[in-house]
Amino acid sequence: MVNNKNLQFSPESLALCKKIMDRYPEGKHKSAVIPVLHIAQSEFDGWLSVPAMDAVAAALNIKPIEVYEVASFYSMFNLRPVGKCTIEVCRTSSCWLMGAEDIVAHIEKKLGIKDGQTSADGMFTLKTVECLGSCGTAPMMQIGASYHENLTFEKVDTILDNYKSNGKRKTYTDLDYKNTL
Amino acid sequence: MGKKLLLKHDNIPGINTYEVYRQRGGYASVEKALKTMTPEVIVEEVKKSGLRGRGGAGFPTGMKWSFLAKPPGVPRYLVCNADESEPGTFKDRYLMEKIPHLLIEGMITSSFALGANTSYIYIRGEYFYVARVLEKAIEEAYANGWLGENILGTGFSHHCYVQVGAGAYICGEETALLESLEGKRGNPRIKPPFPAVAGLWGCPTVVNNVETIAAVVPIVNDGGDEYAKIGIGKSTGTKLISASGHINKPGVYEIELGIPVEEFIYSEQYCGGIRNGKKMKAVVAGGSSVPILPADLILKTAKGEPRLMTYESLGDGGFQTGTMLGSGGFIVMDEDTSIVKNLYTFARFYHHESCGQCSPCREGTGWMEKILHKILDGHGTVADVDLLWDIQSNIEGKTICPLGEAAAWPVAAAIRHFRAEFEEYVKNPKSIKDVKHYYRLREKV
Ligand SMILES: Cc1cc2nc3c(=O)[nH]c(=O)nc-3n(C[C@H](O)[C@H](O)[C@H](O)COP(=O)(O)O)c2cc1C
Ligand code: FES
Repeated sequence: MVNNKNLQFSPESLALCKKIMDRYPEGKHKSAVIPVLHIAQSEFDGWLSVPAMDAVAAALNIKPIEVYEVASFYSMFNLRPVGKCTIEVCRTSSCWLMGAEDIVAHIEKKLGIKDGQTSADGMFTLKTVECLGSCGTAPMMQIGASYHENLTFEKVDTILDNYKSNGKRKTYTDLDYKNTL
Repeated sequence: MGKKLLLKHDNIPGINTYEVYRQRGGYASVEKALKTMTPEVIVEEVKKSGLRGRGGAGFPTGMKWSFLAKPPGVPRYLVCNADESEPGTFKDRYLMEKIPHLLIEGMITSSFALGANTSYIYIRGEYFYVARVLEKAIEEAYANGWLGENILGTGFSHHCYVQVGAGAYICGEETALLESLEGKRGNPRIKPPFPAVAGLWGCPTVVNNVETIAAVVPIVNDGGDEYAKIGIGKSTGTKLISASGHINKPGVYEIELGIPVEEFIYSEQYCGGIRNGKKMKAVVAGGSSVPILPADLILKTAKGEPRLMTYESLGDGGFQTGTMLGSGGFIVMDEDTSIVKNLYTFARFYHHESCGQCSPCREGTGWMEKILHKILDGHGTVADVDLLWDIQSNIEGKTICPLGEAAAWPVAAAIRHFRAEFEEYVKNPKSIKDVKHYYRLREKV
């Protein structure tokens, strides 16, 4: 899905970009690219289209390639459209030891999708990910900025049903991160 | 009860706020350092303390600080490594979430010792909400005069910022972290030059782990000698251990270095033994990168001495019979665990996380993952086990950064200690355990 629109940051986001750029010495504002990509991903439907990355390049006054090469390196940046809630289930050792595979299978069955797919209603994308630093409370999953820990099948059902009835997009920058960064 | 220096107050309600933290003696080290000590004296105290880097490598912190180049007119930086992505490790998150001001206090005191007027806390992107907690703490510190210009009227100015990453284990490697902080892909740099000479934006930089920086607070408050009284030999002070896997009480524990491993696993004060009355099969003692050890070798060294929670005792016997303290990510596996499958989750992890710069790591990690997948699928041969061994030995020492070793060591150790399980899997595929760990799932139902 190629989006050819010219995308513009909201004035509020642009002000935030400026604030972030001020944290670095003069001329080193390229350092802001990762935080600003997070803002772009939140603002532009949860993923980074080429126009979204171009908007980042324009905001930071750097070349578009300097944005693309960074966006493609880090696993939290989505280069394709995703559902409103991306369910990221940790599958590394400690979580695997505590039943992560069963959690993934349960979600796959419940939503009728496989790892990497998006549900037909566009609500959920399922992703298996590597250790999220929550190994002592395994199994766990991350949705937007929230960690859901010590999962059971029942807990997963309740959590996903709640997100579904809420219907809102969840991003990493929830929790009014934007107001303070 | 062991002595606690970092998690003394972790259960006090409101300790994440400035008021409560200050009431409990918070920010005393900043006051003491800025008003009564010189940077050189602080570095001396840190040397005396014997503190070793808590990020995994265990390099003496005081020595690292004394290597910092000080060319006139060039800014110096302190960068806190809060990338914490080593599987099995979650102590930094606990500390930052519970007692954010301890890290901020450590950042200010350490920066004074290093002559850094700006510092950054580089935190993994997934910890967004922890970044929020830190930002709040930083705001409070500014509001109360601990950050900003001319702190306490001493003429020392300092600014501290939180920088979020975006999902990349490699950005925990210090030079990859600096690249990422400069707004680039996280490709590790060739060393030398070391960050102490040319780090962030080419300026002299110290990169330290969250726990290392927090430990500077009690060292400055009580003196390096006092800190060094805890522990054994060159393993001084306390260490945060992240305990996970098949134990009764997973969580973060602050231990005095030197307690027996057996006590840590089985006493009620710590892990509380193996869940469901099972026997222990193996332990990964210091995060995914360190060699796995079977139960007998983690409890006792090859010489039959009790294994202790110290850098030296865990390392006793080299990689033949020992392991490493590493990041303190302590993963315990019970008798039903498939070591091959656990190794597969590690191999998949390293393949996913290799930055791709060096061929042995980029290609080797993928190759190892595929072979393990083949074995677990029931199509392996004895030659595959030998091939795995061969590949891992061709990664070690042949890459720019130690991610190569980190990927190779777990494979080598699993084959070294559990070759019989690999051979059983390839000779008799029916024996392959379809490991399902419903334990927690069952209990909570
Ligand atoms: C692949 C790789 C990942 C690493 N990840 C981390 C990490 O997440 N946190 C950390 O503190 N150190 C990590 N390190 C170690 C750092 O390179 C560095 O040694 C450390 O931050 C120094 O701080 P310390 O002396 O206080 O331990 C990693 C090293 C490698 C090779
Ligand atoms: S292994 Fe899943 S959070 Fe660490």
